[in-house]
Amino acid sequence: MSVLAQQILLGLLIGGLYGLAAAGLSLVFGVMKVLDVAHGELIMLGGYAAFFAVAVLGLDPFGSLALVIPASLLFGAVLYLGLFAFVVRADEETRVKNSLLIGFGLALAFHALAVRLWTADERSIVTPYGGSVFMVGDLAIPLVRLLSLILAFLLIGGLHLLLARWRWGKAIRATAEDWQAALLTGIDVRRAYLLAFALGTALAGAAGTLVSIAYSVSPAIGLEWTLKALIVVVLAGLGSMLGTFVGGLVLGVAEAASAAAFGGAYREIVGLVIFVLVLVARPKGLFGR
Amino acid sequence: MLEIRDLDAAYGDIRVLSGVSLTVGPGEIVALLGPNGAGKSTLLNAIAGLLRPRAGAVRWQGEDLTALHAHLVVERGVALVPEGRRLFGTMTVEENLELGAFAARARSARAAGFERVYALFPDLRDRRRQLVRALSGGQQQMVAVGRALMAQPALLMLDEPSLGIAPRLVASIFAALGEINRAGVAVFLVEQNVQAALTLAHRAYVLESGRIAAEGAAADLLRDPHVRRAYLGPLAVSRA
Repeated sequence: MSVLAQQILLGLLIGGLYGLAAAGLSLVFGVMKVLDVAHGELIMLGGYAAFFAVAVLGLDPFGSLALVIPASLLFGAVLYLGLFAFVVRADEETRVKNSLLIGFGLALAFHALAVRLWTADERSIVTPYGGSVFMVGDLAIPLVRLLSLILAFLLIGGLHLLLARWRWGKAIRATAEDWQAALLTGIDVRRAYLLAFALGTALAGAAGTLVSIAYSVSPAIGLEWTLKALIVVVLAGLGSMLGTFVGGLVLGVAEAASAAAFGGAYREIVGLVIFVLVLVARPKGLFGR
Repeated sequence: MLEIRDLDAAYGDIRVLSGVSLTVGPGEIVALLGPNGAGKSTLLNAIAGLLRPRAGAVRWQGEDLTALHAHLVVERGVALVPEGRRLFGTMTVEENLELGAFAARARSARAAGFERVYALFPDLRDRRRQLVRALSGGQQQMVAVGRALMAQPALLMLDEPSLGIAPRLVASIFAALGEINRAGVAVFLVEQNVQAALTLAHRAYVLESGRIAAEGAAADLLRDPHVRRAYLGPLAVSRA
């Protein structure tokens, strides 16, 4: 029993990062109707940015977020202006096709670049609090993973507030719902797209930072994180950031429970099974509007 | 103040407007009538900047609107209440109205804008915290008109505001349009409810197959046998 509980706890802890990874993808897809399959590579780059911020500049691991988030925001803005700004001029069907081409191209390029610059080795940020674990009853809770979960929740909560309260946050939501109606209220929807893509990239950077602290980063992790994020987006549906976070937790727990029941070999398949089941039973996702 | 000259518009190869010319003067209410598919919505969308015309000019206070992005047309004081309302259904009444005041010209007047809308449509004040999709069609149309008013327009354009709405609410929306106009806002109205539109409007144009087929004072068109036969039905003709 306590083994299962421990597994589920670990699933919950990584689930928070699934949610954070998915939030950026969900925002970009919901607002721009553009599927950025290089999202996992953006997470990977964020992980390396944090790794070097800690290794070279000597920042606190979690403190490196203060550098990685603004840098990712800027990087996202550049990517949008250089590549995706041309995609959003097309109608929605063409947008998805073109964005897939751009996304796969970017994913390959970032992956190759990362191997070239930093080798294919796995790296992980070593924290001063290292492997400290505290016990609650029988459960062992790794401190950095718990902190990562809490930070993931705070970041998603912050994004939720930004979209709910900020003038441009509301403009982003309006654009996601009906971009022509948004234009008619005087919103410059191209600026809303730019902001959404930059925010989505910033979330990827933050997710990458937490991944390289609580787990590890290598050039190859991109695809895996893109898949997790896609599964969570389908599971949670578009339109609610907090729903996306919960979707991440659900996936994390489901993976852990299945690993406990059938062994770790099937862990990766669970997500895909959930993906198909949700598409069949609830095409708009658990929390979709 | 709004002057459209020789406007041509098309969707792909399908020509929708051919050589349309019309004007809406300051403080006027002008109706645009015509059968389905005549190009009425296309004309409004072209003015609002959602559609680039093939040729011709849309001049507004001396400036050519066809060169502007749609969000800048709002900034110049031209607002459109689109067909089917196109509200933000997952947001509250208040949020929809607030977004209506997104343009820089409207932001400082936001508080006054809310008061103006709630005075016109008192129902909305009580429902301001409700999600728009929970409202009736008529109430939603009030929100749509209110959202456009929040932009502090000098010209308010409406595309079929009576479509799918209970007759009682149609009357109150038309009454509100009269009141908005008396406050100095020009109104350009596309409407299938010809009787109501011509009763409210000062002047009107009839658009058929993408061309202006008739124009004149609203009262004259209301007596015109062709207009009555085509748009008010046989009963109206026999009563005339």
